[in-house]
Amino acid sequence: MNIVACVKQVPDTEAQIKVKADGTGIEEGGIKWVMNPYDEYGVEEALKLKEKLGGEVTVVSVGPARAMETIRTALAMGADKGIHIDDAALNNADAFTVASALCAAVKSLSCDVVFCGQRAIDDDSGQVGAILAELLGVPQVTMATKMELADNVAKVTKSIEGAQVVMEVQLPCVITTTKGLNEPRYASLPGIMKAKKKPVDVKTGADFGVSAELKAQVVKVLPPPARPPGKVLKADDTPEGKAAELAKALREEAKVI
Amino acid sequence: MGNGVFFVAEQRDGALRKVSFELASTARKLADALGVEACGIICGSGVSGLAADLGKYGADKVFVVDNAALEPYTTSAHTQAVATVAKDNGAVILLLAASAQGKDLSARLVGKLATGMASDCTEVRIDGGKLVATRPMYSGKCFGEVVIAGSPQMASLRPNVFTAVESGKAGAVTSVNVAIEPGKVKVLEVVKEASGKVDVTEANVIVSGGRGMKDAAGFAVLEELAGVLGGAVGASRAAVDAGWRAQSDQVGQTGKVVSPNLYIACGISGAIQHLAGMSSSKYIVAVNKDAEAPIFARADYGIVDDLFKVVPALTAECKKLVG
Repeated sequence: MNIVACVKQVPDTEAQIKVKADGTGIEEGGIKWVMNPYDEYGVEEALKLKEKLGGEVTVVSVGPARAMETIRTALAMGADKGIHIDDAALNNADAFTVASALCAAVKSLSCDVVFCGQRAIDDDSGQVGAILAELLGVPQVTMATKMELADNVAKVTKSIEGAQVVMEVQLPCVITTTKGLNEPRYASLPGIMKAKKKPVDVKTGADFGVSAELKAQVVKVLPPPARPPGKVLKADDTPEGKAAELAKALREEAKVI
Repeated sequence: MGNGVFFVAEQRDGALRKVSFELASTARKLADALGVEACGIICGSGVSGLAADLGKYGADKVFVVDNAALEPYTTSAHTQAVATVAKDNGAVILLLAASAQGKDLSARLVGKLATGMASDCTEVRIDGGKLVATRPMYSGKCFGEVVIAGSPQMASLRPNVFTAVESGKAGAVTSVNVAIEPGKVKVLEVVKEASGKVDVTEANVIVSGGRGMKDAAGFAVLEELAGVLGGAVGASRAAVDAGWRAQSDQVGQTGKVVSPNLYIACGISGAIQHLAGMSSSKYIVAVNKDAEAPIFARADYGIVDDLFKVVPALTAECKKLVG
């Protein structure tokens, strides 16, 4: 079984995001970069499938030079090899362009299942997995929380508002992964040592025939709107008094209850 | 021919979801700014009866694709139906809901139509004849303004953010036949959660608990308050990771991003990744023993006290007001 896990390097969830003064992006200084948490579930699921069924796990990432760290993290977790698409023209590319680059990389391998995180926690687009599936001409299941595989058919569960949907999907397919699917492993020390020697192909967009003709563009990045300072409620200095003051404020000022 | 602003209405079990009306009224606004028609698309089986309601909320026309192959929802069948209607009728803008189903469908359509999309938008407008969409990035730690060079210009709208406005007009309904090729995904089962449970992404009121709830049983006081307010119970990552609440309740950068009218954070200190997930709430209330908790910096109303005393008292007060 050949499995691909797509990964992206993103700022850690605890990172403070500062917008550049000219609104062209965010200040990258001081940010701790990590593997997108949703991609970790994809890497873990890929490794579990490999352990059960044999085969090879390839990690693919589109990103600048530092994204190599994230590829190495996946290799240290147990993936076999990597493809790093490092091209300045793709750094702020839209979902369609990134998916096109991933598609070319996936097609260069013969692949049964592709995992992508359901969204990257930086741009929050949540589009790449499904676009990739369309470009590959294969079915998709997005936001998988459970997966079992037998005889080239995957049984996958996803959550929708107020319900769980259980589906059967034929391989090859793209699965986008979310919390609940598994508990991603940590890289072991021997794993980290081994990862240094695992092969990673570094490619450009041109190598895969991908040009960055953007279909969607972030023209301006803005800080979140400022919130007016709040009120601390202290009536009577008792829990009951404060609760009554709050209920009144929510009813009469905010008009939300 | 048309050049209309199109939107995909979402229905489940033969009823339109609330976000469909938000989409209709938003499409109406954009269509007025461009001087074109607002057009709805409904896909499903036995759904033609739903079309009239979309007219009331602003659709000039509603295209109904009624086909047994469209029920239950599968990505492939709905992509074929929507792509065909949008292309054949000259959609310049195509809006979908950023719901579970809408996210799945809209992204596949981006691939199929080879265009671009602004996902999970909180604001859309027309500027110079083009769609400009504002959307949270880094779960709301900053915002991006997006323009789409591809066609149609696609955007998915965050549920609960846009206003549905009833105009009382009836839209023209057109039935469309689309030949649906069989897909490679089969829905085996849809398991519904306990009836009456509101999902956090769709709730007007969310009562959320964190580490301060102490254990799973602690959430009972929040359930009660949410019950009185007709809301949903949410949870911080700490509470979910401790196994006190289901993952589907998690609010934050690695959970759900929510925008209710009222968000009541109880025993939540306000880690930045949690704040990211709920900062677009219209009103935020924080109840926490620790006066220094960062959540208070984001709250419109704060109470520094024991939540196990405050919340039951608040429930009693709310009962008086809304009961």
